[in-house]
Amino acid sequence: MPDALVFHFDVDGENFTSAGQASTAVKRNLRQLGLPSEIIRRVSIAMYEGEINMVIHANGGAADVIVHEDCIEIILADHGPGIKDVSLAMQEGYSTAPDNIRSLGFGAGMGLPNMKRYTDSMKIDTELGVGTTITMKVNLT
Amino acid sequence: MKVGDLPGHGFKALALPDPDRSIDGVYIGDLLSWVMGRAQMDNAWITIMSNNNVIAVASLADCSCVLLAEGVELPEDLIELANQKFINVLTSEKSAYEIAVLLSGLLS
Ligand SMILES: Nc1ncnc2c1ncn2[C@@H]1O[C@H](COP(=O)(O)OP(=O)(O)O)[C@@H](O)[C@H]1O
Ligand SMILES: [Mg+2]
Repeated sequence: MPDALVFHFDVDGENFTSAGQASTAVKRNLRQLGLPSEIIRRVSIAMYEGEINMVIHANGGAADVIVHEDCIEIILADHGPGIKDVSLAMQEGYSTAPDNIRSLGFGAGMGLPNMKRYTDSMKIDTELGVGTTITMKVNLT
Repeated sequence: MKVGDLPGHGFKALALPDPDRSIDGVYIGDLLSWVMGRAQMDNAWITIMSNNNVIAVASLADCSCVLLAEGVELPEDLIELANQKFINVLTSEKSAYEIAVLLSGLLS
């Protein structure tokens, strides 16, 4: 079996306007692999929401995308403040984003719900004061 | 209909790198996560937001074009970004509602 393809990105926590670079690069790579556009769209959106969250809420982090035989796995890891109440954070509309982020069109509290909506599985490992790792999978079959 | 048909209906093209892209429906919204959660692939996206996250969202959500309502313009660097990312962006003096009504007629 061929080795799984891995894409790694560092997500800059300082630069909000360029956030999305990792997701955009992943989209391009997946397209080159010839994957169906609906799969690419789901991966792109889920990853972009996670990338934006790392920038807004966690001062950046790392993103890894692994193309397996049967799924695409997205791992977003940060050393931010952690999420206090995950089930509350997962609710549509819940957000702690500041006003300047809202004026850019983010902070609607729909990011985590979108990540769940567009992936086949999503796991959140988080510890207050330590960080958050979110693992998502989109099935290819 | 194709995005390239829109300039013939009163829209001003700000970036039109992919004029053959077809429009299958419309989504209206300014909150980016709502757009990513609810817009469908090949939708024309009507908004009054014009920052670079709009270009990223249009690209990742695979919208056929961004339609800026109320005469909103795009700064020069974002026009460049849109062309580079292959995102169609057009503007109109009309309101989001008026644009939607117009497209409704054109799409049926
Ligand atoms: N990586 C993260 N680190 C710390 N907190 C997070 C992270 N991701 C999300 N959160 C928390 O979960 C809330 C909901 O996230 P989300 O649904 O993406 O909405 P939004 O980003 O619009 O606030 C955020 O407001 C924030 O409090
Ligand atoms: Mg978010």
